[in-house]
Amino acid sequence: MTLSFRTSKGGRIDRAKSVKFIFDGKTLVGQAGDTLASALLANGIHLVGRSFKYHRPRGILTAGSEEPNALVGVAKSAAAAAAGQSVPNLRATQVEIHEGMVIVSQNRWPSLGFDIGAVNDRLSPLFVAGFYYKTFMWPKSFWNRVYEPFIRAAAGLGKAPTAPDPDRYANRYAHCDVLVAGSGPAGLAAALTATRSGARVILAYEQGEPGGSLLHDVGAQIDGRPAAEWVSAVIAELAGNDRVTLLPRTTVFGYFNQNFIGLAERVTDHLADPDPSLPRERLWQVRARQVVLATGAIERPLVFPENDRPGVMMAEAGRIYANRFGVLPGRAIAVATSCDSAWRAAFDIKALGGNVVAILDMRTDVDPALKEKARAHSIRVETGCTVTGVKGTKRIEGVRLGRISGDTVSSAGSLACDCLLMSGGWTPNVSLHSQARGKLDWHADKGAFLPGDPVQAQRSAGSCRGIDGLAQVLADGARAGAEAAQAATGNAVDVPAFSASGSEVSSGWWLGAVPHDRDASRVRAFVDFQNDVTAKDVKLAVREGMHSIEHIKRYTTTGMATDQGRLSNMNALSIASTALANEIPQVGLTTFRQPYTPVTFGTLATTSRGDLFDPVRRTAIHDWAAAQGAAFEDVSLWKRAWYFPKSGEDMHAAVLRECRTVRESVGIFDASTLGKIEVVGPDAAEFLERIYTNPWKKLGIGRLRYGLMLNEAGFIMDDGVVGRIAEDRFHVTTTTGGAPRVLAHMEDYLQTEWADLKVWLTSTTEQWAVIAVQGPKAREAIAPLVDDIDLSTEAMPHMSVRQGHVMGGIPCRLFRMSFTGEAGYEINVPPSRARQVWDAVFANVERLGGCAYGTETMHVLRAEKGYIIVGQETDGTVTPDDVGMSWAIGKNKPDFVGKRSLARPDLMATGRKQLVGLLTKDGKALLEEGAQVTAEADPAPRTPALGHVTSSYMSAAAGRPIALAMIANGRARHGETLHVPMPNGAIAVEVVPPLFVDPEGSRLNA
Amino acid sequence: MPDVLFHTPAETLALSPLVGAGTSLRRAALLVRFVFRGDAAAAAKVGAAFGVALPQSPLASERTGERAALWQGPDEWLLLARPAMDGPQAVDALARSLAGEIAAALGETPHSLVDVSERHVALLLEGPGAADLLNAHVFLDLDPAAFPVGMVTRTLFTKAEIVLWRTSEQNFAIECWSSFAPYVEGHLAEA
Amino acid sequence: MLLIHCPCCGVERPEIEFRYGGEAHIARPMQPADLDDHQWAEFLYMRTNPKGVMAERWRHVHGCGRFFNALRDTVSDRFIAVYKTGEPRPDSATASGEGAR
Repeated sequence: MTLSFRTSKGGRIDRAKSVKFIFDGKTLVGQAGDTLASALLANGIHLVGRSFKYHRPRGILTAGSEEPNALVGVAKSAAAAAAGQSVPNLRATQVEIHEGMVIVSQNRWPSLGFDIGAVNDRLSPLFVAGFYYKTFMWPKSFWNRVYEPFIRAAAGLGKAPTAPDPDRYANRYAHCDVLVAGSGPAGLAAALTATRSGARVILAYEQGEPGGSLLHDVGAQIDGRPAAEWVSAVIAELAGNDRVTLLPRTTVFGYFNQNFIGLAERVTDHLADPDPSLPRERLWQVRARQVVLATGAIERPLVFPENDRPGVMMAEAGRIYANRFGVLPGRAIAVATSCDSAWRAAFDIKALGGNVVAILDMRTDVDPALKEKARAHSIRVETGCTVTGVKGTKRIEGVRLGRISGDTVSSAGSLACDCLLMSGGWTPNVSLHSQARGKLDWHADKGAFLPGDPVQAQRSAGSCRGIDGLAQVLADGARAGAEAAQAATGNAVDVPAFSASGSEVSSGWWLGAVPHDRDASRVRAFVDFQNDVTAKDVKLAVREGMHSIEHIKRYTTTGMATDQGRLSNMNALSIASTALANEIPQVGLTTFRQPYTPVTFGTLATTSRGDLFDPVRRTAIHDWAAAQGAAFEDVSLWKRAWYFPKSGEDMHAAVLRECRTVRESVGIFDASTLGKIEVVGPDAAEFLERIYTNPWKKLGIGRLRYGLMLNEAGFIMDDGVVGRIAEDRFHVTTTTGGAPRVLAHMEDYLQTEWADLKVWLTSTTEQWAVIAVQGPKAREAIAPLVDDIDLSTEAMPHMSVRQGHVMGGIPCRLFRMSFTGEAGYEINVPPSRARQVWDAVFANVERLGGCAYGTETMHVLRAEKGYIIVGQETDGTVTPDDVGMSWAIGKNKPDFVGKRSLARPDLMATGRKQLVGLLTKDGKALLEEGAQVTAEADPAPRTPALGHVTSSYMSAAAGRPIALAMIANGRARHGETLHVPMPNGAIAVEVVPPLFVDPEGSRLNA
Repeated sequence: MPDVLFHTPAETLALSPLVGAGTSLRRAALLVRFVFRGDAAAAAKVGAAFGVALPQSPLASERTGERAALWQGPDEWLLLARPAMDGPQAVDALARSLAGEIAAALGETPHSLVDVSERHVALLLEGPGAADLLNAHVFLDLDPAAFPVGMVTRTLFTKAEIVLWRTSEQNFAIECWSSFAPYVEGHLAEA
Repeated sequence: MLLIHCPCCGVERPEIEFRYGGEAHIARPMQPADLDDHQWAEFLYMRTNPKGVMAERWRHVHGCGRFFNALRDTVSDRFIAVYKTGEPRPDSATASGEGAR
């Protein structure tokens, strides 16, 4: 197939290297170096998509990331496409083609050429600004079920991929003295200047090839050589400096606080067969001392009727396709403009053999030199002339001409052409300056907002701050680079001088709707192509009372496209300001937001996904439990063994068996995840006295005590057993999930309230693995393994701790304690030997008829004893008295954290919820945790509940289901019948004391 | 050059394939570790007993061949000591004797000395690509001018807290709580 | 992400190494029992929440572990000064500490 729109020479593509790709099922050929847009144009294809709302046929408008129309779905290969692995909404102007790439156009059905949804275009009078707000208001219930699904089906852009993202994404944190955004003449001059000063520099640019406008400004010369050669030399110098990081295909997408900059680097999308170890994209999180924004200017569309038809293109884009990619955008090309730069496009295209049928300039006072040059190129020139419409829908066939006379336009016939290049002048690209919270100043002489004083350590350089002309832009870049480097490093910096020629300054601009002679009610001139917003919509929004540009933006959606309004904002603003009869700076400009262009979720997630999303903490016993077939549950970041089903057992059966076994013989349990804090120093006891409700000063060395911790508001915060290891040393335990919180709470009081106390805290959570052995045969199970500790009840009673050794010299802290109501021990050993000790204890446990148990059994056993779990029975509003634990409060202590609050009237009031047990009347129903408890079986609507179920289990020991609940005045209700309303009817329950097993506690001391 | 502070097993862990040859990750063998907390006067006495002065400057470390004292905070140091032989018994024995010597040197001076030998794992990331790889997950500026040899700091490795210590121009020791080590290793293999 | 200068470490670190600790200079009463319910509620719950410069507590939790105080402008979200726990609140008009960078 011949690439019939290729020029015979020129361009930066590799003419020797063809690249095959598939577009909407058709195999096409481009050249290495083509973007998808340039390759399609080379194949004569302009129509590439359907618009968002009206499904209007749309063509390639630009050659950059601001492209609003040419959004496509891209798969790396036919196989990837078949597997559902594709990326929607990529801009064809940024996609670099590679062999085998599969591209689909979007938002059309059944095909791009014939799209059913295009009926929306006929119905367009219905779909005016604010249409959704006006039409889909009532009935409210229709919104979720009817309106939204319909709108979503009809509108929209690409399709989300159906398969999980197969690609990898990476992250890099980086620091630099100077970050330069953009590799056009200003950016390169800035980067070069900063680099030569010795600064650490990052140069990030959007495209695969650096150079920006220099890549297509073919006549330009810098320092006596062609601009493109100069670019290569600069890049070579930068690449050779190890303090410079060059980031091609990298978008500076977010400018955050204190020069924290987000960059998205597209690493492999342009490669057909990338090294599989490479990430698809890399997120760069850069902290730059100084930033130079050299983001250029963006050419502004002319807002005339039917300006969105395929074949209408930005003039500079036409010049780029011709000069850089060797593609003529049409066979008969007309140019409509209000500024000089479009004339250059015409001349360059003509020079490459293209057919330029006319230059139509709205101005009457065009530079005679331009006219002279046009004459030399034999190009027809019409001044004071505009385009008032186009012919053709899927590709223009000609344009209507209008003669401008003052404010009126009269028809001036028509002109046949298949491509119209348009230019309304240039909008400085101030997005990043605005993201950095910098203000924008209106310059009426340039018709542009330019960066005002920066708020952060950044400066703009070149055409993004309204500088025009190559020599001026280079000088401005060098100035900015020098200032930035000097500010960052404190070194004096030489500012290089560059000479430039062959690139003319452009003047002239137009803002807002172009006047025309058409029936205004019937024609549409588009302001925001991607969101299908017309000049009429903006005027309507003003008529309907939207006077702020922020309101107009939201009402019409203008400027909310993926380019953040870089193409559309100024025209919309001008139209609004005319409609409001107010000056542009008074109407204001909306703030540019991050991201500059869309960033894929994978890039933001980087490697934090799947197994690496969060740290997964496992104990030294984990592998053993996994090998035993344990089910695990997540408790904060930890994996805890939940229950150990034997073959054929479900969770229910396994837990009943484990519970029974612990009560009848012995069970072994991995309690390693409990938080542990070593509290050491001469004031350790005094400190605990203030932190916990309990008294500590008289606790003997080698003794344990259950500690209850409140926050200052008097509510239970955590609990745990604390052992006194020495006069000045305590071994504190916390809940698994509460460990960091408790340590922070203790440090807070120690550092900020009681800095005089001589006591220090050290987390020992991971210094000790904890093997709990519980049940009547617990002592028998561990005794053979203990080297040097007397386990007799006389020598080591319930609630005591001993230091010693197990298994021939393994150091241990042995706790005699219970969270089950049975006699029990917790063996603390170093994790490196925990498995060895566990295996030995487990062998004994098994021999004694015992078993391993998990957290579910632990929960059941403690519930049978009425022991609370912080966070299950408590919810941050529960006092010690509420859960029947006034006994844990040291009566004679003058103060502890939370004590004063316990005396507040609210906390002493009657009617507070109190911990009780619940037994279902039928003895069979298992209550749902969280279920509400009421006085009536069938309460009237909005009757407040008396409380709720906090824990509910099948109890082997009680032989029936048991539950704990927090009930208003619960302790006074023992014996009362209450109800738990459920969807299938209320369940009657009896309120009982929260204690279901061994009320005397005699088993603990066995 | 392996660091003499650490018993270094031959086994290296997987690293991201993007890291060039010559950069390796290993899990150091068990080491004696103490957290020492107390004021500057107490710290000075520990230095004499431990054989390595406890640095008073923020983010500083002091070391001899087989012992090191790492500043963690104004009243907190992490002390590292390599036992003569590999294995937990040697660690237990050295920890016991060091604790005794330090306690004796301090006498009645208030302080806290807590054995955390097994709380941490030391991951040794060594070679020309080490700093760059770390910067996939650690947000600090690791340029030698900003993070010189000997600097040590607690910081974050994506979502895990670590102690990062530059032991030489190209070598880093990452001390993290044992249960976080697989997370750190997993990310270093993915970066 | 903000950079916060830690007065104990002497370095600037990203915000996520730190934890916010609420308003500064609210000392826990020495004898809470002496306070009536109203006074105690004032201590527990009442904060100034200014629009402008606020003294607040931060902890370098993933660094040196120390609590310290900072003056931050709640309008501009800029740090004006940082100072150690126990030190008096600097004059925000003249403060140009390293935290202000």
